Amino acid sequence: MYRYNSIDRRIVMERVAQFRDQTRRHLAGELSADEFRPLRLQNGLYIQRHAPMLRIAIPYGQLASHQLRKLAAITRRYDRGVGHFSTRSNLQLNWVKLEDVPDILSELAKVEMHAIQTSGNCVRNTTVDALAGVSPTEIADPRPWAELVRQWSTLHPEFAFLPRKFKIAISGGPDDAAGSRVHDIGLRIQKDNRGEIGFTVSVGGGLGRTPLIGQTIREFLPWPHLLTYLEAILRLYNLYGRRDNAFKARIKILVKALGVAEFSRQVEEEWTHLKEDAQTLCAAEVERMRENFADPPYQNLADYDIEFATTRRANAAFASWLKTNIHDHRVPGYRAVTLSLKAPGQAPGDATAEQMEAVADFAERFSFGEIRTTQAQNLLLPDVRLKDLYALWQEAQQHRLATPTVGLIGDITCCPGGDYCGLANARSIPLAQSIQQRFADLAEQAEIGPLKLNISGCMNACSHHHVGHIGLLGVDKQGEEFYQLTLGGFWGREGNQQTAIGTIVGPSFSREEAPLAVERVVRLYQEQRRAGEKFVDTLQRVGFTAFKAAAYDKAVTVSEPETEAING
Amino acid sequence: MADLTQAPIEQVRTVIRQGRIEANPWQVLQINNTDDAAPLASPTLPNAPVLTPLALWLAQRAQWQERARAGSLGVWLSPTDDPAALAKDITQLQLIAIDFPTLVDGRGFSIAALLRNRYGYKNELRAMGAVKRDRLFYMQRVGFDAFALAADENAPAALAALTTFSESYQSAYTQPLPLFRRAPAHLLANPQRQHSTP
Repeated sequence: MYRYNSIDRRIVMERVAQFRDQTRRHLAGELSADEFRPLRLQNGLYIQRHAPMLRIAIPYGQLASHQLRKLAAITRRYDRGVGHFSTRSNLQLNWVKLEDVPDILSELAKVEMHAIQTSGNCVRNTTVDALAGVSPTEIADPRPWAELVRQWSTLHPEFAFLPRKFKIAISGGPDDAAGSRVHDIGLRIQKDNRGEIGFTVSVGGGLGRTPLIGQTIREFLPWPHLLTYLEAILRLYNLYGRRDNAFKARIKILVKALGVAEFSRQVEEEWTHLKEDAQTLCAAEVERMRENFADPPYQNLADYDIEFATTRRANAAFASWLKTNIHDHRVPGYRAVTLSLKAPGQAPGDATAEQMEAVADFAERFSFGEIRTTQAQNLLLPDVRLKDLYALWQEAQQHRLATPTVGLIGDITCCPGGDYCGLANARSIPLAQSIQQRFADLAEQAEIGPLKLNISGCMNACSHHHVGHIGLLGVDKQGEEFYQLTLGGFWGREGNQQTAIGTIVGPSFSREEAPLAVERVVRLYQEQRRAGEKFVDTLQRVGFTAFKAAAYDKAVTVSEPETEAING
Repeated sequence: MADLTQAPIEQVRTVIRQGRIEANPWQVLQINNTDDAAPLASPTLPNAPVLTPLALWLAQRAQWQERARAGSLGVWLSPTDDPAALAKDITQLQLIAIDFPTLVDGRGFSIAALLRNRYGYKNELRAMGAVKRDRLFYMQRVGFDAFALAADENAPAALAALTTFSESYQSAYTQPLPLFRRAPAHLLANPQRQHSTP
């Protein structure tokens, strides 16, 4: 992972000093709330329902064990001993005090961490996927590129007061596991026929009030031009993005208004002036980044371990955990392991300080001291030997980190919602817990199979409900909590499916009715599916109308599609 | 018919120029009437140094070129003005100002970058409007070298804000190489990661 040089360290410390002074002035009445607002947002600080919320950056979701320990210490000292790992490579603390934030940032700086630009109308943290560097299907590791983009975007002087927030995601392989197409800029790594790296660039994707899939404006951008091309896009957005309506201010609105052909033409034109300039990347800089993400000292192992295989056969609970929480790895003998933060009764994505310390400990003992955060709000150990899986599992269970539901309906992605967040229209955590209870039986969850369910408390869609196979959005109907149901979203690329926005089934459901509607949808899937068919494929084959009827408990008519003509 | 207001909009007392706090003699003129179709009346300029809005400069160029070259007339741009309109005057103008009407409108940063890098403007580029110490560092990086401070801003504190950061990752008007091309290799070098080995 990226280790700071003295310059990186100095920049972060000077930022802390700047914010310390801004906070002092604000508390002394020298800086009004209005003036303080953009400054604190660009240091990750929200004023929220109960208490200020601090969003700490976890660049491309990667943490070293000592950093995770520091986060645990911070949640103990400055918060209530619990932190929330978000869908976007951040840790959120919900109970900080405004006057403590400069000290928290100071503590973070000691372990090369910060909260720079995790909010505000600026370029936010650049995300990749949790298996970056270890995925067997990756074309190239996206992390060095994410670090290059991170440095370019950090305290960028021209783009600190954009019309609205800006999110960039980089996918390393054909599975597009970073969900690049629902980001303001999505970059997908490619290789040309000489093996040179480049990026397919899409612009104007996003979730929120106007969910959209991004449109490709460049099929292959050679790697040296990465930063200058991003500059061209950001400059156009800064100049021409709408500033009259905060709900119509994202770049997706500009792309839609101009049309992709015209938008793309304008980008290319602006870029012709930038493509020779000094921000063009050079081999030395890319090499420096790659060296920071060099392989850990992997052992030379077979992809088979007798003891592991024996234990798996003997222990059904272990075997079932292996089916869901373990991921293929490009190095033989290794696996990536999700440590689930979805134990029943726990707010999804939350971890206590004790759990964080346990994970740091596991990382050191089992995974070269590294941890990742996932888009599903779990933690992941990227490099675990087959022979260590059983020991890890046993210990993880003791800390409620081994719930065997990753990718299943119990692995709900859920924002903090109305219990914490001043923006929410409804609470999301109690609904998540109702649904988890309804499907509490692990065997039943496994039988249902992979099913991504996301719950957002408001239009800001922090839990990415639009791209859930089943999505729920909290709405406020005359002071009551109601939930809009969407079906058919998708994140990434797999089989016939690629990133897609779910379709709203119809009028929203009450808090009591929503889990029942979800259950009816799931039951229809179970009835209608063919052997091995996933939820999104059944939905597509059987048709949305049938699932909509099921959600509203209407009679479902499912007509069999025409089969091919039979010979003879 | 449009007419020119002779009264300056909120007179800015203090300006930071070339790293010094100075009294500001410049008056800023604005067009009173938004009827774009009507021709602008030929205005009488005050004796003081005056910043004129872009539309007026474009209409009065011939008459005002002398004053512009002499440095007693400058042009100011709003966030929606296109800096390309000044391309042909770029060597004649001694002062261009860019307005920041609010604390969150960031268009002026790109306009400044374009004036400096695209159109090659070399003379004084002044930020005006919501110019507070917390944005000065970024303003300087994109090419502003003068700052007409908001009325309630403390000038010495604003001056100090110009050195908030001793280093930056990106290129800047006064520093065209980004950090990765500028810093010596030994300063860029990252420490080796110590992996804990299972």
